[in-house]
Parts: sequence; C-alpha cells; structure tokens
Amino acid sequence: MANPVSYRVETRTRASGRAAIAAAALVVLAIGLPAFAGRSLLQDMFVILSMLTLAQCWNLLAGYAGLVSVGQQAFVGIGAYAMFAGVIFWGWDPVPAILLGGVAAAVLAIPTAFFAFRLAGAYFAIGTWVIAEVVRLSVAQWKSLGGGTGTSLPREATSDMMFVEPIASLFGLRDAAARDVLAYWLALALALGTIAGVYALLRSRQGLALAAVRDNRVAARAVGVDAQRMNWVVFVAAAAITGICGGLIYMQTARISPDAAFAVLDWTGYVIFIVVIGGIGTIEGPILGVIVFFALQRLLADYGSWYLLILGVIGIAVMLFAPRGLWGLIHDRTGIDLFPIRRRLIIKK
Amino acid sequence: MPILALRKVSKSFGALTVADAISFEVPQGQALGIIGPNGAGKSTLFNLITGNIAPDSGTVVLDGTDVTRLSPMQRCRMGVGRSFQIPQPFGKLTVFENLLVAGAFGQGKTEAEVTDSAAAILEQTGLLPKANRPAGGLSLLDRKRLELARAMATNPRLLLLDEIAGGLTDAECNSLVETIRGLHAAGTTIIWIEHVLHALNAVVERLLVLHFGRVIGIGAPAEIMTSREVQEIYLGVEI
Repeated sequence: MANPVSYRVETRTRASGRAAIAAAALVVLAIGLPAFAGRSLLQDMFVILSMLTLAQCWNLLAGYAGLVSVGQQAFVGIGAYAMFAGVIFWGWDPVPAILLGGVAAAVLAIPTAFFAFRLAGAYFAIGTWVIAEVVRLSVAQWKSLGGGTGTSLPREATSDMMFVEPIASLFGLRDAAARDVLAYWLALALALGTIAGVYALLRSRQGLALAAVRDNRVAARAVGVDAQRMNWVVFVAAAAITGICGGLIYMQTARISPDAAFAVLDWTGYVIFIVVIGGIGTIEGPILGVIVFFALQRLLADYGSWYLLILGVIGIAVMLFAPRGLWGLIHDRTGIDLFPIRRRLIIKK
Repeated sequence: MPILALRKVSKSFGALTVADAISFEVPQGQALGIIGPNGAGKSTLFNLITGNIAPDSGTVVLDGTDVTRLSPMQRCRMGVGRSFQIPQPFGKLTVFENLLVAGAFGQGKTEAEVTDSAAAILEQTGLLPKANRPAGGLSLLDRKRLELARAMATNPRLLLLDEIAGGLTDAECNSLVETIRGLHAAGTTIIWIEHVLHALNAVVERLLVLHFGRVIGIGAPAEIMTSREVQEIYLGVEI
C-alpha cells in the first residue's frame, strides 16, 4: 500500500528569502563603495570588516563548538608575522603572503589544540591565553623580524603591491589611496567568505553534528558523532581564517610589533564584546555587534579609559539582561532568522 | 555467534565494586531484561557495553570483535544504540533534528537519506506533532520518548534501553511495549533495564539479575522470578 503521507525538510523562511535579496543588493553596493567613498570611510569599513571576520571565527568556536578561546590573538599575530616573513625573507608580494598567514595559523593551531583540548571550560580559556603569550614572547625573540620593537614592510614591497596599479588607474587615485581600496576589497571578500563558509558549515551534516556536540557531548558520541574530530576541524579552520585576517590587517598597517599583533584586548577582548552584545551562537549577532562596537568606539574615542569601562559595563549589562545579545532580543520579538539553519519537518498529505 | 559477549568484566570506583567479573552472552535477536535493586550496577553495565566507562579488566565482544578499547562513537557505528536513564536530549535542536543527527551519524548516511525513517520513528513514538519544537522544552515523558526515538534512529542491531517505562501511565506503557515488541519482531536484539516488571515481562525472553555488581541469576523470566535467591535479595522476601 502506498504511503499517503510524505515528508520534506525545509530551512528557508520568508524573512530569509527577503534577506538574501537585500544582502545581494548590499554586497553590490559594498563592492562599488570605493567609486564614491573617501579614504577615511574605506579605512573605517576595513576595521569593521576585519573585526567582523574575527568575530565570526570566535563565534564559531565559542557559540557553536563551545570552545571559549581567549587566545585568538596568537593566530592574528602569527598570521601577521608569517605575512611579514614571506615579504621580507622570500620577497613575496604582500597580497599572496596573506595566505601564508592562514597556513602558519593553521599549523600553530595543531599543537595548540593538542594541549588546550585536554582542558575544559575556564581552564581551556586560560590555557589558550597562556599559549598565545608564549607565542608572543617567542616571536619577540625573532631578531630578523625586529624582535620586541617590531618592523615595517619594505617600501618597495608596498609600492609594487599586486593590484594597486590597476586600481589606481581605474579610480584615478594615488598609490596610497589605491592600497586602501585594495585592503577594503580584500577585507570585504574575507568577511563575506567567512560568513558564507560558516553558514554553509552550519547547514551541512557536520553543522548538525556540531550543534549536537554543543548541546550534549555524551549523547552526541552515543549516536555516532565524532565529537573530538568536530572540535579539531572547527578550531583549525577558525585559526586559519583568523591568521589570514591577521595578515590582512598588518598588510594594511604595514608596520608590526609583537605587543600590537598579539594584543589580547584588540584581537580577542573586543571580539568577545562584539559577539556577546550582538548575540552568541548566531551569524546575525556578530554583524550587529560589530556595528554597535564601532559606533561606541567612535562615540567614546575622546574619553580614554572611560571608553573601556563603558564597554565593560555594557557587556555585563547585556550578559545579565539579554544573555543572547541584541540579536536574541530582535529574534524573540520578531521571530526573524536571516540565516536559518533549523531543519523543519513538513508533512505533505 | 552471540551479538554481545562480556567476559569477566570488572569495574570499581575506589572501594566500591560496581561490576564484579560479569560474564554473559546475548544471542542475536534475543530480548534480555536486566533487573536488580537500585545501585546494583545496572546503568554502569550499560556504560561498560557502550564504552562510556572503560572496565578495569575483562573484555566486551561485539559480533566476535573485541571492542573493549573502542569509543562509544565507534560502537554506535557498529550497531549499538542506547537510551539514557536521565534523558540527554540535544536541547537547542528540534525533536526532528535530534533524530536527524542520530540517523545521519549513527548510520553514516546523508540527512536526506534518513529523513523518511526519522519521520516514521517520530510517528511511531507519538512525537510527530512536536517534531519542530526544541527538545529542551519537552516534558519528562516526551523526553523519555525522545530517548527511545533517537536510539531507534541510529538503526541499531543491539538496542540498550535504560528505564524508559518509569513514570508512564498504563496506556502509555502499553504503547511503549508495542513499539519495543515491533523492534524485537523486526530482529533487533534488545537489552532492557527496567523496574516496571510487567512491561519488561511482556517483551523479554530472558532475565538477568544484578546485585552489588554480580550476576546472581540469568534464565527464563518465570524461573528467575520464582527462584529463592532472587526473591530473597531482589524482592527482599524473608524465607
């Protein structure tokens, strides 16, 4: 007898369809931005987009895999230094050298995970921080890359950088401004690629496994999920992207020092703030969070240490009163999912 | 060849022996019930079979393969499914997604390949109306149903059930018994820990009695329930 009932699975929502159209329009606008935006706006956008990439990586770790790392600055720093090493030692062009940053960070992530995965919860957090400090102190001994005081990218490397010439002639810009356009486009591509990659992962079979491990590790193992392997994959992938982002950030500044490249406040502290106020465990959260963070930074730029105090107070308030962040509040009120991952079972009669 | 064999499996937590040289075999397709007082080591026995706890000595053999050193994940993929005595749902996933992940990873298939069977199991266990709700918000009863449903979704050849009938009404218990009988009839080997004896006796062909980590009896239910030693120890009857 034929079964009159059949099933299908749906993840799309009406809001997500509209969001996809709006997002496509925004992406087109973002790509065309250098045609009509000034240098300072592009530089601001560079900061926003690179922080967004770091936030998406940290959110993948903490929000989906339950790996609360306080040592992501290790991967920003090693990525940046690997990029510098590629340029200074081997004469690479800085643009492809950014990818070297990703490779270096992924390689560093392997021993880091080996040790840190033996620790759980708060111990894992502290362990990653300690490892990041060890890496910072080691890199500071690297005399040919400037030791503790750091170094700059050679002038000829920045002036002959790939793509700068065509961009300069396309927009009729000087080289320095064209480098900002290039950095902006690379940051845009990295941020969009990271969001697309995270979303694709969460929608995949592996994403389901990741959520199961996050919710209940023992039960996940009991239904055949390799919890440890999921953690490895996520940790190394997040490190690689963080390393690429580090390389990109320091390509733009063209000057590096261990204290800046391995700064826990800049590359992990602010990133945690962004994810927590935006909404941990969602893709929308970090996007919202980075906008709020940047606005606060601008608003409070003149107040020195008050700035950090106020960030801290806001962070604590959000954790206490809206633990799922601003996006959590919006989602609860409206039910909107811009990046839906829920597999809904639909019964067709 | 038996589907499962334990050979002199022992485990102690400090001075407390929770498994004392346990040996028994379960033939393919049998339904075995496990009874014993609280603290007898029943759930520990399950954890030794699934790999959540490593024994101090002895071996666990699945289909003739020594699996003593394999992880729960590997044993699941070899066909061992289990429910937990205290329900362990994936709380933020929906009920359907709970089954989807179990089906996809327990059987090594894609989500699309296990969608229909997951939906069928939801229907069979009465969870279909709640398919799209987060599992964390379920009532205790529904969580117990989900434990069974999720274990079924891995399509186990050996299914371990840990006290899933407790707290059910008679009607609910009967429907649960029907579901388990159906699985048994389809050829699934079942080991079931249960205090609700009438539910257990409606399904199992053999009973094992555990007391202080020792097997004190194994055999036909009628024989076991009337044996002097079991009555003395398990039912607390003075003879």
